[in-house]
Amino acid sequence: MNVEKLKSAVREVLPSVDAVIGYCNGSDPLRAEPCFMKDEKLVEEMILNPLCVHNLTSYLPAEKRRVAVVVKGCDSRSLIQLLQEGLVKRENVVIIGVPCRGVVSVKKVRAAVGHEKVLSVAFEGDAVIIKTASGEKELALSDVSPAKCATCQYPTPLLYDVLTGDPVEPGKPADQVYDDVRKIESMSLPERRAYWEKELGRCVRCYACRNACPLCVCTESCIAETREPHWMSQKATEREKMMFHLIHALHLAGRCTECGECERACPMNIPLGLLKKKINMEMLELFGYKAGTDPTDKPPLFTFRPDEERIEEHKLP
Amino acid sequence: MKEGYIKRAAWAPFVESLARRCQVYAPCEEGETVRFRQIREGDPVCLDHPAHGAPKGVIFPQSETLFTFTFSKDPDEPQKTRVSLDAEPARSHAVILAGRPCDARGFTILDRVFLEADPYYRERRERTTIITLACNRCFSGCFCASVGGGPADKTGSDALVTELEHGYYIEVLTEKGADKLADSGMEDGAAYRDEAKKRQDGAINGAGVYTKVRPELSASDEFWQETAEKCLSCGACTYLCPTCQCFNITDEQGITTGERIRSWDSCMFSHFTLEASGHNPRSRKSQRLKNRVEHKFIWYPEVHGEPACTGCGRCIRHCPASVDISRIVTLLSGREETHDAA
Repeated sequence: MNVEKLKSAVREVLPSVDAVIGYCNGSDPLRAEPCFMKDEKLVEEMILNPLCVHNLTSYLPAEKRRVAVVVKGCDSRSLIQLLQEGLVKRENVVIIGVPCRGVVSVKKVRAAVGHEKVLSVAFEGDAVIIKTASGEKELALSDVSPAKCATCQYPTPLLYDVLTGDPVEPGKPADQVYDDVRKIESMSLPERRAYWEKELGRCVRCYACRNACPLCVCTESCIAETREPHWMSQKATEREKMMFHLIHALHLAGRCTECGECERACPMNIPLGLLKKKINMEMLELFGYKAGTDPTDKPPLFTFRPDEERIEEHKLP
Repeated sequence: MKEGYIKRAAWAPFVESLARRCQVYAPCEEGETVRFRQIREGDPVCLDHPAHGAPKGVIFPQSETLFTFTFSKDPDEPQKTRVSLDAEPARSHAVILAGRPCDARGFTILDRVFLEADPYYRERRERTTIITLACNRCFSGCFCASVGGGPADKTGSDALVTELEHGYYIEVLTEKGADKLADSGMEDGAAYRDEAKKRQDGAINGAGVYTKVRPELSASDEFWQETAEKCLSCGACTYLCPTCQCFNITDEQGITTGERIRSWDSCMFSHFTLEASGHNPRSRKSQRLKNRVEHKFIWYPEVHGEPACTGCGRCIRHCPASVDISRIVTLLSGREETHDAA
C-alpha cells in the first residue's frame, strides 16, 4: 500500500471530479475514517494502511456528484456489481485501485488489548504494534484480520482507472473460502437453530448492516420498516430479527460480493457474513456465478434461461 | 451511607443468591461480545470491560407491549364491533448489576423524560435496583468526566462496587441498594475505604473534551454537511446509547387480535420525521446528525442544566463510519483539538 502514489493519483484526478472518497485518520488512532476531498487541502492527510477497512463504494448509490473512489480488491467487486445493476453509472465514477495485503478487524484488535483506549498504532511488516496505557503489544496482522482476508482471492482490484501500486498476486487458499459456512452446516438442525437464535438474538435492529452494505439500495422502502406493505412487526423478538436478516441475505442472492461490511458494521458482532456466504455457495453451485467479478456479466437472478446447465428440470409426466 | 466488603470468593455466591431472589441483568460475555442480559445460574458476570450496549433496555425495553386488543362481534347485533383492551404491567423486581457509572447516570437523564408521564417506565424503574461497578480505567471513546460524570460517579446508582485486589468494596447508597445487599454475606468495609478511594481516584477518567457547544457555531450547514458525509444513517449510536429515548408506537395486528407496541426508534433514520403529508423536515443525514448532537448538547442542557450524554463512548467505539461525537462537540465549542485525556 503506497500512500504517496495514491496521493499523486488523487491530485491528478481531483480537477475532473466533484470529490474524491478516500481515507484519513480518525480521532481514535485505531480507526481510519472515510474522507470526502473536494480540494487539495485534505489530500496531504490521506492515509493508506490496514486501518482502511471501510468499503467506500457503499456511498456511491446515493451520490449525485461525479466522484472518484479509492477501492481495494474486495471493494472493486462491489463496484462491479453496482455497475452491472445500473446503480452507479460508469461515467460518474473514477476508480482509483489500491492493491491490498489485508486489513485489520478493529473489533479483534480491541479484544486483543482488553478494550482499552488505544494511544497509537504502527505497522511494521506483518506486525501491528498497539500502544495503550498498559503498555505496547505486538500483534500479527493475520491474527487480527477479518475472516475475509484469510481467504482473499482478489487482493488487486478487478476494475480501475488508475492502479496505485504493484498488483498483489492472490495466494490464499481458494478451497477454504467457504470453510466457515461448512462448519455451520456440519451442525445438527437443532444446534444450528440454537446458534442463530443466540447470535441474532443480540440484534438491536439498528440496520447498520443494511446501511453499510453497498448492495442494499432500497433505502426508504426497506421491508424491515415499511407499514405498507406491513411485512414485519417492530417487535424485538428473535423471530422478527431472524426474518429481517434472512430477507437481507436473500435479497443479496447472486449480488453479495462478500466484502464483509455487514459484519464489520454490526455493533453486536453478529456473524452476518455467514448468511450471505451460504447463499453465495449455492449460487456458485447452481449457476457457476460469482458476483462482482465481471462488469459485462448479469446476475443469474436478473436473467432467465430456459435451460440451466446445473439445474435439473422437474420432468412433467 | 453504609459500606461493605465482599471477598473475591464470595462474589459468585452473592450473584447467585441475588439471581434467586429477582431478575438480575448483567454484562455477559458471548464470544467477543459483552451483552446485558438476564443471567442464569452459574453465568459469569463480565467485570473486565463495559457491555456493547447500555442496560437501558431493562427499564426502557427495545420493544414492549403497551396493551393487547381483541375485536369481537355480538351475534345479536352483528353490525357492531366491540373491542376489548388488556394491559399487563411489569410486576417483577430486577437488578442491573455491574453496569458502569455512565449507565446509571443515563437513567437519571431518561427519568426526566419518562418518570412522571409514563406508567410503564415508572413501574419498571421503581422495581429496579442499580448496583454499579466503578471503572478502573478508560476505554476507547470514554469521556465521562467531561460531561459531569466520572469513573466512580454515584449518580443514579443504588450501590457502587469498586473492585479491589482481593475483593469488592461496596458503598450502599439507597434503601433499595441496602435491601438487595441485605443477605450478601457482606462484611464491614471500613478497613477497605482507603484502598477503594485510591483506586477510584487513580482511574483515568476521560476528562478534557470540551462540551459547551456554542449554538452559533452549530448553525453552519456547511459544518454539518461535512461532518455527516461519512455517516451511514444507521441507528447504532442511538440504540447503544444510555440516554437516547426516542420511540415509535405501532399496532401489530392480526385479524381479530393485535397489540400496540412501543419500540426504539432512531432520529438518525430518515423516516423518523417523515410526516403524513409526505414532507420530511429532516430528510438529509446532516440535518439528522445535527439534531442528535444539538438535542444532547444544546436543547436538553437548556431545560435540565446538563447534557443528555454520559460520555460512555459507545456511539464512538461502535460507529461503523468512525463518527466521533466528542470530536464534534469539541469543534462546536470553538476548540480545534480535544485534550489528550491520557
